[in-house]
Amino acid sequence: MSHRYPIRINRRLFLSSVAMLTVIAPAVSRARTISGALPWEPMASDPPTQVVPGGWQFFTPQEAALVEAIVDRLVPHDDLSIGGKEAGCAVYIDRQLTGAFGTSSRLYTQGPFKPGLPTQGYQGEANPAQRYRAGLAAMDAFLKQRDGKTFVEFKPEEQDAFLTEMEAGKVELPNGVGAAGFFALLLQNTMEGFFADPVYGGNKDMASWRMLGFPGARYDYRDHVAKHNQPYPLPPVSITGRPEWLGKGA
Amino acid sequence: MTKILPRKDVVIVGLGWTGAILANELTDQGLDVLAIERGPWRDTATDFNIGYMQDELRYAVRRDLFLQPVVETMTMRNDPSQTALPMRDFGSFLPGNGVGGAGVHWNGHTWRFWDSDFKTRTNLTNRYGAARIADLQVEDWGVTGAEMEPYYDQFEYLAGISGKAGNIKGQLQEGGNPFEDSRARDYPNPPMQMTYAPTLFAETGRSMGLHPFPTPSANMSRAYTNPLGVTLGQCTFCGFCERFGCANYSKSSAQTTVLPVLMKKANFEVRTDSEVLHVDLAAGGKSARGVTYVDSSGEAYFQPADLVLLCAYGLHNVRLMMLSGIGGIYDPNTGEGTVGRNYCYQTNVGTQVFFDDKNFNPFIAAGALGQTIDDYNGDAFDHGGLDFVGGAGINCIPTNGRPIGTRPTPPGTPKWGSAWKKATVQGYKSTLGFSTQGSSYATRANYLDLDPTYKDRFGRPLMRMTFDFPENDVRMSNYLSDRMEEIAKKLGGRQYNVGRLKKGWNSVPYQSTHNTGGAIMGADPKRSAVNVFLQSWDVPNVFVIGASAFPQNAGKNPTGTVGALAFRAADAIRNHYLRNPGAPLVQA
Repeated sequence: MSHRYPIRINRRLFLSSVAMLTVIAPAVSRARTISGALPWEPMASDPPTQVVPGGWQFFTPQEAALVEAIVDRLVPHDDLSIGGKEAGCAVYIDRQLTGAFGTSSRLYTQGPFKPGLPTQGYQGEANPAQRYRAGLAAMDAFLKQRDGKTFVEFKPEEQDAFLTEMEAGKVELPNGVGAAGFFALLLQNTMEGFFADPVYGGNKDMASWRMLGFPGARYDYRDHVAKHNQPYPLPPVSITGRPEWLGKGA
Repeated sequence: MTKILPRKDVVIVGLGWTGAILANELTDQGLDVLAIERGPWRDTATDFNIGYMQDELRYAVRRDLFLQPVVETMTMRNDPSQTALPMRDFGSFLPGNGVGGAGVHWNGHTWRFWDSDFKTRTNLTNRYGAARIADLQVEDWGVTGAEMEPYYDQFEYLAGISGKAGNIKGQLQEGGNPFEDSRARDYPNPPMQMTYAPTLFAETGRSMGLHPFPTPSANMSRAYTNPLGVTLGQCTFCGFCERFGCANYSKSSAQTTVLPVLMKKANFEVRTDSEVLHVDLAAGGKSARGVTYVDSSGEAYFQPADLVLLCAYGLHNVRLMMLSGIGGIYDPNTGEGTVGRNYCYQTNVGTQVFFDDKNFNPFIAAGALGQTIDDYNGDAFDHGGLDFVGGAGINCIPTNGRPIGTRPTPPGTPKWGSAWKKATVQGYKSTLGFSTQGSSYATRANYLDLDPTYKDRFGRPLMRMTFDFPENDVRMSNYLSDRMEEIAKKLGGRQYNVGRLKKGWNSVPYQSTHNTGGAIMGADPKRSAVNVFLQSWDVPNVFVIGASAFPQNAGKNPTGTVGALAFRAADAIRNHYLRNPGAPLVQA
């Protein structure tokens, strides 16, 4: 007998609450018994939620200014593309930090927490949201102490020089923030934002995809598979379509 | 309070490739079968949406379809002197979750292991002497290549594999793999249309006297209707295979080959979002009574069953055996205990060749679209003058051009700034990548057991993985890197970068979800956990089906062999076990 639950709980909502389900009772069970046919229901799909730029959901204005300055050095504006700030990388990171990524809600977060070997991966207790809060504050505090001004007040060359020091772990940030680890997190998230589908808030107008020649969310290349060494002719398309479809220009 | 449910003939833990195959075979036999699946129901029409499946961030980076570590992870260390710590996120390997399991988001490379792989210990001893493998704990599987052949055939026709046979009934076939064992017939579908990079790789390999051939692929080269009457569509080369569900019905999986038939059967049902905690044994521990599982509200159930099939991911099969008391847990100091023994992995290294004048259009791709050279795989070449055993396939299978993860640049390139960007744009379309996928041979101190400290969300011990690349495998891999370098030079780009394996397996960067062993098959109950039909030596009404049964891993992707073993176990249950249920098929 087929037995279906009338409401399909959003999968990401479920994943973010799954750790709590075992301690809060009674809880609604998502368990289903399925027999007799392939189950199908209308509107079963779970499309992404479009990030709308404007305002900050995680960062304070001061943090946001700092992150925008950082992403604009990691992905600088030049003749190949717009910069990370204009592309929306800071907006992307802001929204990621309010979700499952920021809270590590999908990860294993039980203690005890012990320093591990490099082969054992990140063993810290702080989640990415906490690491950003602490890391950005530590950058500001360190530079005020050392240079009497903050990162956003630096010239681009000075910003690059400091980021290079962080990347190499050559600066001792306060409050136990590991400079190299925090830099790696910033770099990872900036690149995610710059190269991910624009639906997540970065990669404005598919800037990075146009730069690379990546056609995006297309799914049928059968016409071109045998055309070896020949450029692919069509422009990129995002999950949300192309800007001109929405009357926003290319 | 645990609720007690009505009895079933068969309960299957996990509804991925093996669970679906076993369920379909045993329901054909008239048995009443229940599959219990930890993750959600998933299907193409409802979950793999062609309007948004090409989402690298969600599916490849955040890994929406995979097992999340909050549900279950494991601890790891490189050797027994270290303290294992939990993999707080998965990295080096990514277990699956939900209906279809890892078969939903695999690439689709579908290999047959060779007779010499199944007789690893005997073959290597006879050919090179016992001293050569003294540091290794390699074993025979207890089956021959000829015995496995019909089951490989069954899986390849179920899954619609696209490829070119190299040896049909002893006759070598032009364009196929000359090193493979004889097979009864060709693949059900012709090879896929080749993209530019593998074409160039194959031409170069041939010019060097090597024997490239199209990688056997579970991406459809044409529309295909399998023996169950289920039809798959032609692959469109979208480049979103690994880590993604196929929205196009073009990649074989339980969903696209078995479930449309299985789900219609009145004697089958699946319970999703329900995690089996353990197998319940009868007093004395010699037979299983059923399983205990918890649904996502925390409600516990006891499901009685006459026959229990562990069809979870191989690593999870092993942990379930440990948590259930099925067989003794392996102790590397004494060599006693069989569960957790012979954990193996895969020994992979990559190479990039950077060109100035070529456009490979890396985004026109499929998970298993490429060319393989097997001249240095397994025992295809003489190891007489060498200081290792085993080998690797050399594969040029460019699976994607997804830009968060695939941005090849030469060594020494900055990771950010304008110089980074320039090199990234330059390398994106004009880099040819290929890699070795090497064998992984068992040693005494690479094993699985239960962690003494870390627990899962139910308070049960996590599994502990102790693993590093054995010296033999490092030497093997470096020899193969030398062979890659010869090909890289001949390809003639501006620059190349050949990877070199070092000891110190790192759990962070992705390497391979080919975790094998821990509940290995064999002829000797002291050295294997299951017999040659994958039946537990200790609890004969439990079968353990998956790559957990591999005594060591070959230089090939495991799914073809996993599928063949599933059909073989099903055959043994249908034609032998059911005549005398509960009895061992092989006397210990």
